[in-house]
Amino acid sequence: MADGDMTIGKPISRIDGSKKVAGRALYAAEYDAPGLLHAAVVSSRIAKGKITAIDAIEALALPGVIAVLTHENRPRVAAFRYAYKDTVGPPGGPFKPLHDGKIRFADQPVAVVVGETLEAARDGAALVRITYEEEAFETDLDAAKAASFRPRLPRLGVKPAPKPRGDFDAAFAAAPIKIAAAYETAAQHHNAMELFATTVVWEGEDKITVYDKTQGSQNVQLYLKQALGFKLKNVRVVNAFVGGAFGSGLRPAHSAFLATLAAKHLKRSVRLVLTRAQMFSITYRADTRQEIALACDAEGRLLAVRHACVAATSRNEDQQETIVNWAGLAYACDNAAFDYQLARVDTPTPGDMRAPGAAVGVHVLECAMDELAYAAGIDPLDLRLRNWVEHDQNDDLPLTSKAQKACYAQAAERFGWSERSFGPRTMRDGHELIGWGVAGGVWDAFVAPVPTRARVTWRRDGRLEVAAAASDIGTGTYTILAQIAAEAFGVSVERVEVRLGDSTLPFNPVEGGSWMAASTGAAVAKACDKLKAALVKTARKQFKLRGKSALSVARGAVIGEALPGGAVSLNEILAAVGQDIAATGTNLPDLAGQRKHSSYVHSAVFAEVRVDEELGVIRVKRIVSAIAAGRILNPKTAGSQIIGGMVMGIGQALHEEAQTDHRFGKVMNHSFQDYHVPANADVGDIEVIFVQEHDPDVSSLGVKGVGEIGLVGVAPAIANAVFHATGKRIRSTPITIDKLLD
Amino acid sequence: MNRFSYIRAETLDEALSAIALPGSALLAGGTNLVDLMKYDVAKPARLVDISRLPLRGIEALDDGGLRLGALAPNADTAYDARVQERAPLLASAILAGASAQLRNVATTGGNLLQRTRCAYFYDPCTPCNKREPGSGCPAIGGVNRMHAILGASEACIAVHPSDMCVALAALDARVNVQGPGGVRVIPIADFHRLPGEQPQIDSTLLAGEIITSVDVPADPFGPHHSYLKLRDRLSYAFALVSVAAALRLEDGIIAQARVALGGVAHKPWRDQEAEALLVGLPPGREAFDQAARAILAPAVGHGGNDFKIELARRAVVRALSQAAAGAPQSQSDKRVR
Repeated sequence: MADGDMTIGKPISRIDGSKKVAGRALYAAEYDAPGLLHAAVVSSRIAKGKITAIDAIEALALPGVIAVLTHENRPRVAAFRYAYKDTVGPPGGPFKPLHDGKIRFADQPVAVVVGETLEAARDGAALVRITYEEEAFETDLDAAKAASFRPRLPRLGVKPAPKPRGDFDAAFAAAPIKIAAAYETAAQHHNAMELFATTVVWEGEDKITVYDKTQGSQNVQLYLKQALGFKLKNVRVVNAFVGGAFGSGLRPAHSAFLATLAAKHLKRSVRLVLTRAQMFSITYRADTRQEIALACDAEGRLLAVRHACVAATSRNEDQQETIVNWAGLAYACDNAAFDYQLARVDTPTPGDMRAPGAAVGVHVLECAMDELAYAAGIDPLDLRLRNWVEHDQNDDLPLTSKAQKACYAQAAERFGWSERSFGPRTMRDGHELIGWGVAGGVWDAFVAPVPTRARVTWRRDGRLEVAAAASDIGTGTYTILAQIAAEAFGVSVERVEVRLGDSTLPFNPVEGGSWMAASTGAAVAKACDKLKAALVKTARKQFKLRGKSALSVARGAVIGEALPGGAVSLNEILAAVGQDIAATGTNLPDLAGQRKHSSYVHSAVFAEVRVDEELGVIRVKRIVSAIAAGRILNPKTAGSQIIGGMVMGIGQALHEEAQTDHRFGKVMNHSFQDYHVPANADVGDIEVIFVQEHDPDVSSLGVKGVGEIGLVGVAPAIANAVFHATGKRIRSTPITIDKLLD
Repeated sequence: MNRFSYIRAETLDEALSAIALPGSALLAGGTNLVDLMKYDVAKPARLVDISRLPLRGIEALDDGGLRLGALAPNADTAYDARVQERAPLLASAILAGASAQLRNVATTGGNLLQRTRCAYFYDPCTPCNKREPGSGCPAIGGVNRMHAILGASEACIAVHPSDMCVALAALDARVNVQGPGGVRVIPIADFHRLPGEQPQIDSTLLAGEIITSVDVPADPFGPHHSYLKLRDRLSYAFALVSVAAALRLEDGIIAQARVALGGVAHKPWRDQEAEALLVGLPPGREAFDQAARAILAPAVGHGGNDFKIELARRAVVRALSQAAAGAPQSQSDKRVR
């Protein structure tokens, strides 16, 4: 691409792609250090109780085993819960690894074995004998929900259930057409390809560099400082590349704490990688039990909406998600009631997983809308359009934009929705019943709730450097930030070098909520503006220009009639100055604006399934998803995000499910052998459409963020398609073969 | 993972003498054994690597049958032209299992000797009679979606996970073994055993014996066969239920029928009385349903797997229908024919 071309909006391949395919992009477990030790975690065999004895004699006798750390012999760490607070955690006391002998959940880390080799550490871990005293526990949400409660303290950044409006009871009772149904969604466990891993490099004198799989280097830096008593300046956390995170890395994982604890104890460099089975003891998308009631008049206008949910949380923290709010937001309705409750189970604290809250809340809402459409005899797409709303009725605020009608129209056209027959079981091909389903999707258009910074430098080597402590969790952040800077300076993307994932770089909050593009992107744009102004100023000085002669920066040069030849390249200017020139930009959340309007991204998803009538085998034949998310910086990387979300949605609809044996309080399918995510054969044709949407209010770039919206709406579109095919309304996910047999 | 010693056998005799020592385990493709060692389920004191023994060949026998070397990779077997011609049911079943990468290294003998994928068997934090005899079977009353509906015992409801062996059972294969006492032939129906009181023992292979090859007799079924596998996703998952069906038709009448089921028992499940019900009847839904009901008559569910009884019944009917039509299930197009 030549200098000066517009780069924003172009489908540019990711600039870090060649590094990744050539193995030059290093992940947390790939960094080496002189004398690096290896650590393995010993997991609790019981779900609740206490440790009564630890026998590490055999483990320590193994050649190559250096230390066995437990709550009994670990170095001193912070005693207070507050020290373990991260910037994302919900109300309550965070889990403190190796703090005491209490067991709070199955597979809780109870010891760390450090060895000269990975093999020694693993061998040693198998030889640590721990004796427990078991206590009664509960991991079954259906039992625990008898003691459900409304969260006493809200979680920062998560909207509580809206206040009721109108009179749901009276409106529902009087309505001519209504449905009420109970739904269940299964717990889903985070299993990005990259396991949780930490390499701690001991730099001497209580100084460490920590390579960690996290979505926020500075979040982990602060956590390690507080929990393990380091000076902030002596902790550097690097997460230059992250092999998928999906919310699992928002909070510091056990691995970071335990590896750093071991390094501190031994004053040596230590690497710790969790096993795939141990990934099931970190955090998960809470299972939910939901109730929904919808009523409408003969024309399909919603008269009453009620959405209630009980979600699992741990004993020690009140994880909260926005689950029931969407029912009051997505469609026009004056009589609405909501209830959001939690129930405690003896598991690790559930956490955010891609589109937290919406993934399960919108699923139930959109399935219920399909139920209502059939109760009213109205086409399910038509029912949604008849209840169109462009106002946030929950908070009584206008929306900044909502191009969802265009999503429905374009995706329906592409899918061929008009060819659909209304009745269930009316389309078939041989043994297979054909079903077409639709669902709408919605997710917050967040900007980071705190100032976000980026530094841009024009270097003497002629390259433009962008630097921020933001994380690229595989989404394409390197690329879009390069595009923003390239466009600002009118240079090719190849001239831009982006540095991310390092706590020493300008401040960024954790990468989550789809706010990165809007927030860090805007910070980069602002930094570019400031840098251009600084370069113009330097040029004026160099060429001793006075008065109002207009100067600007374009194509890597300062341009102006007053300059010799009308333009001087930035490289020449810098050569004269003898140093790089940098500027830092800050994007502030528009708190005043947020009180004046609400912002969301939207989607429309259409799915075709084929269901073998006798055998219940479901095939997702095709899915079309249209997305309205403001300005799309890069349709290729954004499109990949949506495709990934859609595949995850297939998993949510048909495969993903923690199978817990409540007698052991333990997830039994803790491997990829038994915990199913879609295989290639499960993914039919997928098509993504980005509709045009102009939204200048969310961020100065007009960007909204696409990390989550690709998932929302996919599972209900599939579930509704299964109903259309079979006439069976499956109100629990995943929808498996057994649920479709009579 | 425990510490173990490793020796590589260069000849069958070397392997036989090495395996005679207690605590030894044979290593061929390693796709199952190495996993089990990582999970601390298998703890052999020493591994006897037999992967270099000259047992990789596939031979077309003069009687129309096949001899599959014990170390022939599953992929070589499935894509061998002679296997595809003489035992297409076997080729199809192999391709229904695992992934291309696994099939490239997994072997004939290893496939026969692979162990159950029961989650409790794999998790040393829980009891398991197969792993620790006498400790109990938590799959009963626990997570047992994948478990047995036929031939299980109070000690164990695990299933044999193989696809290949289901086809071998339908084809009346014979397992050739060599041991300290010489060579012997074990009919496939007698090779795997039901759990009974000793679920820790999967097969009738004796200590010190090594599988050298598997013979597949001449297949008289022509195009009238099918391997139908139903699972929780469309690829790369173990069977909830699988069916290997084969019919020999004479003048529009069933002259011979074979039905073997996978994913339902501790061994590939055959019911020759039920097969006999089909003989003499015209192929059709009525006949197939009658046989299916007979096969599943003794089936018992354990809660999470109750649905498999009905699913298996329907799968038998469908697989027989595919076989009758001469339209075997494709293993690449996931649509069920």
